[in-house]
Amino acid sequence: MNRRKFVERLIAVVASVSAVTAGFRRARAGVPEGYDPGAHRYSMGIQVDNCIGCGRCMEACKAENLVPKEPFFFRTWVERYVIRKDGTVGVRNISTDETSAQEAPVDRNILRSFFIPKLCNQCDEPPCVQVCPVGATILTEDGVVLVDDQRCIGCRYCIQACPYGARYLHPVTMTADKCTFCYHRITKGLLPACVEVCPTQARIFGDLKSKSNPLQRFKRMHKLSVLKPSLNTEPKVLYSNLDGEVR
Amino acid sequence: MSNPLVERLAELMGQAMGFIYPNEVEIHWSILVVVYPYLTGLVAGAFILASLVKVFNVKEVQSVYRLAMLTALAFLLIAPLPLLIHLGHPERSYEIFLSPNFTSAMAMFGFVYAWYLMMVLLLEIWFTYRKELVVWSQEKPVPLRWIYRVLALFSRDTSPASVAFDKKMVKAITIIGIPSAFLLHGYVGFIFGSIKANPWWSSVLMPIVFLFSAIVSGIALVIMLYMVITLYRGRTIDMPCLDTMASYLFYAVIVDFSLEFLDFIHRLYESEESIKILSYLVMNKLFISLVVIQVFLGMLVPLGIMVGTRLFRLGAELRKLLYFVAVILIQIGIFATRWNVVIGGQMFSKSFRGLTAYKMDLTGLEGLLTSLVLLALPFVVLAILIRLLPPWEDQAIA
Repeated sequence: MNRRKFVERLIAVVASVSAVTAGFRRARAGVPEGYDPGAHRYSMGIQVDNCIGCGRCMEACKAENLVPKEPFFFRTWVERYVIRKDGTVGVRNISTDETSAQEAPVDRNILRSFFIPKLCNQCDEPPCVQVCPVGATILTEDGVVLVDDQRCIGCRYCIQACPYGARYLHPVTMTADKCTFCYHRITKGLLPACVEVCPTQARIFGDLKSKSNPLQRFKRMHKLSVLKPSLNTEPKVLYSNLDGEVR
Repeated sequence: MSNPLVERLAELMGQAMGFIYPNEVEIHWSILVVVYPYLTGLVAGAFILASLVKVFNVKEVQSVYRLAMLTALAFLLIAPLPLLIHLGHPERSYEIFLSPNFTSAMAMFGFVYAWYLMMVLLLEIWFTYRKELVVWSQEKPVPLRWIYRVLALFSRDTSPASVAFDKKMVKAITIIGIPSAFLLHGYVGFIFGSIKANPWWSSVLMPIVFLFSAIVSGIALVIMLYMVITLYRGRTIDMPCLDTMASYLFYAVIVDFSLEFLDFIHRLYESEESIKILSYLVMNKLFISLVVIQVFLGMLVPLGIMVGTRLFRLGAELRKLLYFVAVILIQIGIFATRWNVVIGGQMFSKSFRGLTAYKMDLTGLEGLLTSLVLLALPFVVLAILIRLLPPWEDQAIA
């Protein structure tokens, strides 16, 4: 075997191995046969005024997506904002822990308070996708940012690059993990788990490419904003009546 | 799940101040990621010092040229180790070479590293030592002779024409090498400086600050090694050489200090959204490592020492002592600089409403002991390299 032959064969072997593994990857993502990502474009609306901070979205998400139950790993979480009369702001995370969920702070100096559900913003200009050294995290055609846990090397650069703290390192797979809009559900026409269980319809999920759905109505009826717009990440999670204190 | 990680995170959560996002309890880049830019900085700095001789004809530094080159090589060989150990899946690290994502600054790591190792350091060292390698492969006893023959790549030519060619090549490679060294460390700065999510990192000055702090630390390291090894070998220190190195160190520290001061003033004057939390960070979590160690002990005191040695006519012995104190302080200061960038950048919440906590483990893969081993390893490699390729002029073959 001369050198040219050797290089040719090497290229052929590498190409065929990567083709086979690419096939495996698609099968593993749990996407049904015949699903056309080009026909969809997913987005989520958050009706801030509807959220009552019950935390069922967090619990459903953890159960649905095998997120570790400890309070350091979240694909979605809820923050409670308290703005006092003197202008100071208090923020805390709604706990999934049963015992502390009951302790509501009694404070007579509260001017206004509200809950803010947070999740991956599925940015159209995602910094996490930009920085991943091996292309393990991608923006899909239907607008969702996904992580391939078989390719991720666990360098955590994406976690550093996310302005929203939406990513964590899964302690079992040792790869980056984040909200997928429940990709395995939405590609089958189901709602994300958090949307499904929300008792007040604070979360509204929809396809921007379909003409009429609750999300389109939500977009028509509200003034909307996104988190940290100055960073130009172009989020697809839209908030109605968002307070300026929220970051 | 009850494991050490969860226990550690529970403890850290208790130490957080103010509000942090729930996923921010874990500090993702640990002490190992501090060690990495520290090591590559030393590589780039040592190489820049060596290139003073070849490109800028600074004759006084000739006697440490080879030592500086070998130092750069020893540190470069170990530099990727902390990163590799830190990965969640080190066994997949080859993906960076096979399927790099070209928009990722980190993906370029493999190429910058390979370029610098293969095209700059190894090549230049080979041309520098080629004649000696040929001679040793004929003179040394049997097992060593074979090693040298392989290292010489079976070259046997020691004619004046070939030696002249070697010299020409060394000069050419050094000229390519200087921008490459800038690339090697400037790029590490870019990895941090390009993260817009993090106001502590996101700065256009970051690559330049990294570069000059690299030059500072590299020159300081070679001065330290030269002094210690000369003492160990029982030779006398070449004072013009030491004074010249110290004066280049002085200039580099001044540039580094000015750049960092500019960055500081700029942030303070612009006073963006993040300024409150960053000031709080500096005055709380980073006060010792930034204000006391990095700025005062690592920069102002050595600057004072070097100004003193230039203003007053001090004896050689006193100068040596002062230089030695200065370079040790500079090493500690530059390590603190890396710490403040890497760890400091993760100690505030991206909500700008609170501070996180970092507790370094003593043992374990990401602990203090691993870091100390990684910091010591380059010296072991350097000892082997010096044994194999003596860099001293008094042992050189004319």
